[in-house]
Amino acid sequence: MIEVIDISKSFDGKQILHNINVQFETGKTNMIIGASGTGKSVLLKCIVGLVNPDEGQVQFNGRSMAGASKSLQTEVRREMGMLFQGSALFDSLTVEQNVMFPLNVLTKQSAEEKADRVNFCLERVGLENAHKKMPSEISGGMKKRVGIARAIVTNPNYLFCDEPNSGLDPQTSIKIDNLIKDITDEYEMTTVVVSHDMNSVLEIGDKVNFMHQGKILWTGPSSEIGDSDVQELNDFVFAGRLMKMVKGK
Amino acid sequence: MKSLGKFIIFLGQIFVRRESFRTYLTRIVDESIKVGYNSVFIVVIVSAFMGAVTTVQTAYNLISPLIADPIIALVVRDMTLLELAPTITAIVYAGKVGSNIAGELGTMKITEQVDALEVMGINATSYLVLPKIVASILMFPVLVTMAAFVSVYGGYLTALITGVISGNDYILGIQMDFIPFQVTFALVKAIVFGFLVAAISSYKGYYTTGGALEVGQSSTNAVTSSCIAILVGDYLLAYLLAPLLQL
Repeated sequence: MIEVIDISKSFDGKQILHNINVQFETGKTNMIIGASGTGKSVLLKCIVGLVNPDEGQVQFNGRSMAGASKSLQTEVRREMGMLFQGSALFDSLTVEQNVMFPLNVLTKQSAEEKADRVNFCLERVGLENAHKKMPSEISGGMKKRVGIARAIVTNPNYLFCDEPNSGLDPQTSIKIDNLIKDITDEYEMTTVVVSHDMNSVLEIGDKVNFMHQGKILWTGPSSEIGDSDVQELNDFVFAGRLMKMVKGK
Repeated sequence: MKSLGKFIIFLGQIFVRRESFRTYLTRIVDESIKVGYNSVFIVVIVSAFMGAVTTVQTAYNLISPLIADPIIALVVRDMTLLELAPTITAIVYAGKVGSNIAGELGTMKITEQVDALEVMGINATSYLVLPKIVASILMFPVLVTMAAFVSVYGGYLTALITGVISGNDYILGIQMDFIPFQVTFALVKAIVFGFLVAAISSYKGYYTTGGALEVGQSSTNAVTSSCIAILVGDYLLAYLLAPLLQL
């Protein structure tokens, strides 16, 4: 479980996060949703340690990152996998080398063990024939899948996904969503997904946290999201025409 | 001063939370090929013309019955070893390798590849920058040595082709009053310049924010700052080491 306790963050005097308290449960797909500019990505970066919060702390299964030694921080980070918004694949490496990268740097496995693990992960994300392709030669959806394969190759306990559906068509989005959900269930991971795609939220969100202006305004299962009496959440969820039609019915 | 402080902190970060030696070794070999081997062509071209131009210019400026022809070659040799080979090559190196380093790191930064390394628990500064600096420190002296040879040889060919001095006088001149410390001087400069170009360009690239426009700006800034640092370093080294040539 990941616990975010009283996290606040400001940039250039502008407060982005206001005393955020939230828990992300193990074995579940925890969603952080909200409009653009509400601080979702900043919160995610605070959780993974890319941004240091001004106040508060994040605990990973009880291990606090606030003031933790570099070695503990490194140890916890090595239990994380992250899928970035733009996939963040290494341009100069092939798909296979990208997925193998964490194993090369972080483990002492033999070449055979590493190759087996990479093959397994690429097969798991449906990319068994893309080993030798460069990131520039594959589509956005394939890049996301390579990103997922790279994120899970070290068997992480925590999986973080920043806007996994951005730039993807609806069908590919659903495939990526289902992949994240299946992997979470399969490996009992604590998965945190930042998204503003309502389809994703309803498709895979076990627990949803709605952010508005740097605060968590609503938390609950995705099945109850339409019944909320939080005005900002309703405005966000039913902003699209499709969702308005669903609501109307 | 703020930038200088940030630069020093940046250099300090390179040496904490390092990965295994094997990881760095592979990276250093890769980077050495990128910064060294891939720069050979431009260094050879620049050096050959540098030697040729120096020979012709010196020959036409030293037309006097009181000055023996071999002196022209001696001047070419001394200028090449003490100044042209390390400094001009460093300026060219900053333009080629410096802009490449800043562009590469800047692109990695804005496309979140650096963040990806950090999330994996890898010290991105150390992993990305340390091999570039080590490779530069190792390879730039090799390039400077090559530049010195090619420059002096370029001068010899020019002497033969243009006939400004004879080949025998040229060979006699480059052996005349040779001070071996000049080679040490050139190599010390090369090590310092190699470090400056790699470190400054990495710093400029690593702190890129924004998009493609800012990556371009970082590359330009890297070359400009590296060139200024090379010239300041050149002056300081000349001030410190030149007296030793007299010993």
